[in-house]
Amino acid sequence: MASLARGLTSRASIANSVLRPYYERLIGPNKGRRYAHTHARAVEYLQNHDTDLTESQRTVREAITKTCANYSDEYWLKQDELKKFPADFHRALAQDGWLGICMPHEYGGSELGIAEAAVMMQTISESGGGMTAASSVHMNIFGLEPVVKFGTEEQKKRWLEPLIAGKERACFGVTEPNNGLDTLKLQSLARREKNGDYYNLSGQKIWISTAQNAQKILILVRTTPLDEVQKPSQGLSLFYTDLDPSVVEITEIPKMGRAAVDTNTLFFENWRVPANDMVGKENDGFKIILHGMNAERILIGAEALGLGYAALRKAAIYAGEREVFGRAIGKNQAIQHPLADSWMKLEAARLMIYHAARMYDQGYAGGEYANAGKYLAAEAAFEACERAVLTHGGMGYAKEYHVERYLREVFIPRIAPVSREMICNYIGERVLGLPKSY
Amino acid sequence: MASKLRILVPVKRVIDYAIKPRINKAQTGVETAGVKHSLNPFDELSIEEAVRLRENHKNKKSPMEVENILALSAGGPKTPDVLRTAMAMGADRAFHIDVPESADGGPEPLTVAKMLRGVVEKENINLVLLGKQAIDGDQGQTGQMLAGLLGWPQATQASKVEIKDEAGTVEVTHEVDGGIETLRAKLPMVITTDLRLNEPRYASLPNIMKAKKKPLEKKTLADFGVEDKRRLKTLKVTEPPARTGGGKVEDVDGLISKLKELGAL
Repeated sequence: MASLARGLTSRASIANSVLRPYYERLIGPNKGRRYAHTHARAVEYLQNHDTDLTESQRTVREAITKTCANYSDEYWLKQDELKKFPADFHRALAQDGWLGICMPHEYGGSELGIAEAAVMMQTISESGGGMTAASSVHMNIFGLEPVVKFGTEEQKKRWLEPLIAGKERACFGVTEPNNGLDTLKLQSLARREKNGDYYNLSGQKIWISTAQNAQKILILVRTTPLDEVQKPSQGLSLFYTDLDPSVVEITEIPKMGRAAVDTNTLFFENWRVPANDMVGKENDGFKIILHGMNAERILIGAEALGLGYAALRKAAIYAGEREVFGRAIGKNQAIQHPLADSWMKLEAARLMIYHAARMYDQGYAGGEYANAGKYLAAEAAFEACERAVLTHGGMGYAKEYHVERYLREVFIPRIAPVSREMICNYIGERVLGLPKSY
Repeated sequence: MASKLRILVPVKRVIDYAIKPRINKAQTGVETAGVKHSLNPFDELSIEEAVRLRENHKNKKSPMEVENILALSAGGPKTPDVLRTAMAMGADRAFHIDVPESADGGPEPLTVAKMLRGVVEKENINLVLLGKQAIDGDQGQTGQMLAGLLGWPQATQASKVEIKDEAGTVEVTHEVDGGIETLRAKLPMVITTDLRLNEPRYASLPNIMKAKKKPLEKKTLADFGVEDKRRLKTLKVTEPPARTGGGKVEDVDGLISKLKELGAL
């Protein structure tokens, strides 16, 4: 009875069996640590005992952890070096229904809130995937909220189902080279053709992430020239349409970090887009696209947090293990205290992000918490990533230790989707009641 | 013979396989408080297999339809966690048999087997798929005892399960010393699962959410006419003695003289 003999083994030998990779996949590289203290978390791989999480947030965290644990630090390092879109990661998430986390049931979604989506995005980033992993699915999680809210039944069926199933990927085209954050000054134009079935689009877009890998684009263009509208927020229209590289010139922008997920400029002239690809009413595009902006800030903030925690985890583990002058470097307060400080700042930002998420799900439309949370999360994450590199010393500058990649990636949530300065302007005006400064 | 499968999948919530277990202070068992728990890995295989039997029928690869998959677990207040996992993977409903948490792996296999017999009879089950053992107590007895109590055929440590016809002929492959052995039996029967049977899926997000709404009934041992009687008494649980390090020898001559010194040569 060899199989019986094989069977009567200890837990350790099961883990050591030929099937070890399979179980590692279930649990992740972290050898289980005991949860003796609530806050043993900073060195723990995707701990799941934040006391403030709701039951459904906890469920999401636990379940997405299993999938993320399949994608090792080495995987993300390689994707970055090879500039290769993490298509298998995207596929794995799509296959288990993750892309529909916020989408309606009838199209294959799970209809959970931003509070759950934020946990998902934080966890994806925190697993070591960082902004590369997060950005590969980010747009698909919430970008189509305008379609959910303003699309027709036919459009929702046509667009949401393939998106949730992972058969189509979408990118998001708003920003233009000549106007940056001044969205209302968009210059790309769409003119309706005579028979009315098509619009004719001409113009350019910049910072369009995943356009090389997307089949669809949600694009905002002007349908009524600026001098013909009463308010600059009028006259813009939103389309969700096929992104055909033979019609639209897509040029990748070489950039500092997140090389695996492309970012592009788009040029297009006489791009014919079917009229029934318009989302909502003509000239209402700006109002429509505003819907969901706060949610996006919350998700980006959560992604930044994940990266910050990943960096802190690496730093704390390294500081505890690395011995110089006969002692662990983490014994030195000059190493230990900045990491402690980073943990406090990340946690503070996390509480604000999840507060903003909860309020969003309850229908609160204000942007102060979403914006402030994104600001604080990105700054705390940046500091954590920088300190992680410094804690590692020379090793921190080597790609092999991953933290330099985090540092390059963490600039994204500091800059996008809205700069720190614009967030301060928002708080200055809306919360402090001070005059508009720009 | 009924033409539909009504499958019972007993599962257990155990200390996560990756955790290094520690002996509790009282030396009565393993410390469980505050330790990560999950679904026993062998039970994951049996749920997966039950769900595949259903899917195979839908894809016309298996002649018998699966009418119902009942997941069951005996344990303390956190037991529903693993039952929800089982339902997220595809079980239709679940029974939580309420027994107090204990450091020694819970009720003894015979108690569990008797309870399962009660469930099989009350719920008109015709196939029981169990993990071959739980990784906490490592007893590996429950499935066999259950088959004995029911007087049903059993196939243990399955590496492949195949329903051959509508009459309920089942072929089970398992690994033995000399190679692979194939057993054939007719339903009703008991099958225990081994690691190579399948690769359990991750529950998809929609299924995880749906599982929260599937029926989970709380029951007691008494509902199935069983009491938690212990025949074994744990006297003491201790860590294995720490290994002492070996010595190093310079070369082959050193090795030979060392072996001679120890009387090994």
